Amino acid sequence: MSFFSYLYAVLFYCATVTMVVGVGRKIRIYAKTPAPLKIPTTPAPTTRSGVVGRMIREVVFFESLFKSSKWTWLFGWAFHFGLLLALIRHLRYFTEPVWSWVAFLQSAGVYAGYAMVFGLLGLWGRRLLVDRVRYISAPSDHLMLALILGIAGSGLLMKYIWHTDVVALKTFALGLLWFDWAPLPDDPILLIHLGLVICLMFVFPISKLLHVPGLFFSPTRNQADDPRERRHYPGAA
Amino acid sequence: MKKVEFDIPVITNHPVTPSIEPGAMAHVKPFVAKQAHQEPLGFPGELVEDWHDRAIAKMGELLGKYRSLVVFMDSCVKCGACTDKCHYFLGTSDPKNMPVARQDLMRKVYRRYFTFAGKYFPKLVGAVDLTREVLEEWYSYYHQCSECRRCSVYCPYGIDTAEVTMAGREILASVGIGQKYSNEIIGKVHKIGNNLGLPEKALVDTLIDLEEEVKDDTDVDVRFPLDVKGADVLLITPSADFFAEPHVDGLIGYAKVFHQAGISWTLSSHASEAANFGLFIGSQDNMQKVAMRIREAALELGVKRIIVGECGHAWRVAYSYWNTLIGPFDFLDPKYPAPQHICESTYNLIQQGALKFNKEENDDKIVTFHDSCNVSRASRMGNMPGGQFVIPREIIKAACNHFVDMREDSIKEGTFCCGGGGGLLTDDLVELRVKGASPRVQALHEVIEQHGVTHMAAICAICKSQFTKVLPYYDMNMDMIISVHQLVGDALELGVEQ
Repeated sequence: MSFFSYLYAVLFYCATVTMVVGVGRKIRIYAKTPAPLKIPTTPAPTTRSGVVGRMIREVVFFESLFKSSKWTWLFGWAFHFGLLLALIRHLRYFTEPVWSWVAFLQSAGVYAGYAMVFGLLGLWGRRLLVDRVRYISAPSDHLMLALILGIAGSGLLMKYIWHTDVVALKTFALGLLWFDWAPLPDDPILLIHLGLVICLMFVFPISKLLHVPGLFFSPTRNQADDPRERRHYPGAA
Repeated sequence: MKKVEFDIPVITNHPVTPSIEPGAMAHVKPFVAKQAHQEPLGFPGELVEDWHDRAIAKMGELLGKYRSLVVFMDSCVKCGACTDKCHYFLGTSDPKNMPVARQDLMRKVYRRYFTFAGKYFPKLVGAVDLTREVLEEWYSYYHQCSECRRCSVYCPYGIDTAEVTMAGREILASVGIGQKYSNEIIGKVHKIGNNLGLPEKALVDTLIDLEEEVKDDTDVDVRFPLDVKGADVLLITPSADFFAEPHVDGLIGYAKVFHQAGISWTLSSHASEAANFGLFIGSQDNMQKVAMRIREAALELGVKRIIVGECGHAWRVAYSYWNTLIGPFDFLDPKYPAPQHICESTYNLIQQGALKFNKEENDDKIVTFHDSCNVSRASRMGNMPGGQFVIPREIIKAACNHFVDMREDSIKEGTFCCGGGGGLLTDDLVELRVKGASPRVQALHEVIEQHGVTHMAAICAICKSQFTKVLPYYDMNMDMIISVHQLVGDALELGVEQ
């Protein structure tokens, strides 16, 4: 096995541990911190099941963003939905035999890469061109877009131009999963793609990517509008 | 047009999002509380020597106390969805009045002291040390937010800048930099029982005057009872209702409704205030202490119901927080187990056919309705979501022949704050108030042009005072703003057999 095979195997383990422990720690903090008062943004659902519905609409359709800005919604939703499909498509590297629904979504997954790039370029365009969004952007906001665009772009390049040995790659991936290490193909484009993914996993728990768990703990969205019917106790969730 | 020191926004026929003008409102800040306003609320009288460490410690305390704050500090992705939603940004063009930028004033400090990235890579993530300059900037811009929650409607994560503003103000007050206007008022409530510092004797005289006024007007003996033990209803209303215009016409409206429906009611001299500025300064302790007077009064008078008058943030506190802060309300009539809004009470009476209206009395008016921010986005009326939009409109339509709504994105959950909410209704912030009112004034201008609207009804004492003050800056008549219950009171048929 090459140096890169060992390096990437170790980095993947470290990145996974960092991400899982880091995000887990944040989730624990969010869950432990009390929500002393009722603050749903109203009109809000009056029941728990209604809240589940509201949350699903936020997570799946980005309901509030749709109300706010159709362009940001279009770019943001295209990127996230593309990302979801791309992640599903990548499950084929970690499952043997490949789950049938994953196989079913393979062809759609190809377009997902385009959707991601389209969405990311749109979001970056807004960040550069709209004076209000430019004003609020820190270097890290641009870097994050560059990082994810790099991942999507290198993925598309491998699909269409510089192919890599996907069978060997799958052996490497399954080897990581089952602690039975196998060599990683040493194509530069693959190393770039995976290197950027490792970076993303490392920064997940210390960056704005915390919006993923954050949304589920947002009291304005996850509280039911029932303060009269049920006494909300200080310190309660 | 009044002579003023600042440029008044030009009102256009369509809403416009301005280009940013950094620093445009950096000179605006309210008067700082003096020792006499700080100490009764439990805050230090002046800036403490170790303000830096105390502020960071307070921030840590609040991050551990409010899930909203810690989640909101982490979750923002700077997508820009909120950047064109705040009335203060739209009216001032100052980019620090964009909700995300206002949050970032605190988020930058949060990152520096509480996150890995901000500790080791501050420049990369825009983290800064807490300096005197940062503190000054907080004081300025956390008092250019009315905590109206419009941004939270449009944020994909529900980030509510009001929560951040409240935390910012609480940290500032806890190191000795409180806001004079709010803290002085809270002190008066603690001491006397209402925001105006109106003593019991003055209240009695005012209510007697009102009884005489209504008698002269209508020849009917409508009572304004005070401290009546055993009354069914305790009315808790903003003290502005006792004498400010147009508020007092609303109070007359409530009294006429109670009279006509045969409801026995009373005001309380101990709890003669619905407003609760403890909310504005982010102090749960002060909010609870202010609210507790109402529980005490209700128990002392032995009432069966509590009804809250027209006041936006008061209804937020009453609806969303009272049960937590001063509940449970197990001593009330099980048919009315929770405090009600006056509009809910009036609406129910209309539904039951207990009130008859002579709508022609309001035929000189074409009315629109200004949804108050705290009622719209932080509370409810009736038993369905959005009842807070339906019920006041149904009441207006029951009392008026001519009603039109303003542009859809400027009403209901998207309503624009009047520009004076959140503890900013003070003369030292008049530039901010005038500019912040411009998105609402623009939408109002549209319906004046298109439908000949003559009056805008509201259910909030702050909205009423604010518009009375700022409409003349836009060459609009200050009398345009009226109470919903003025419309009710003017059209209600008194003394007719049921």
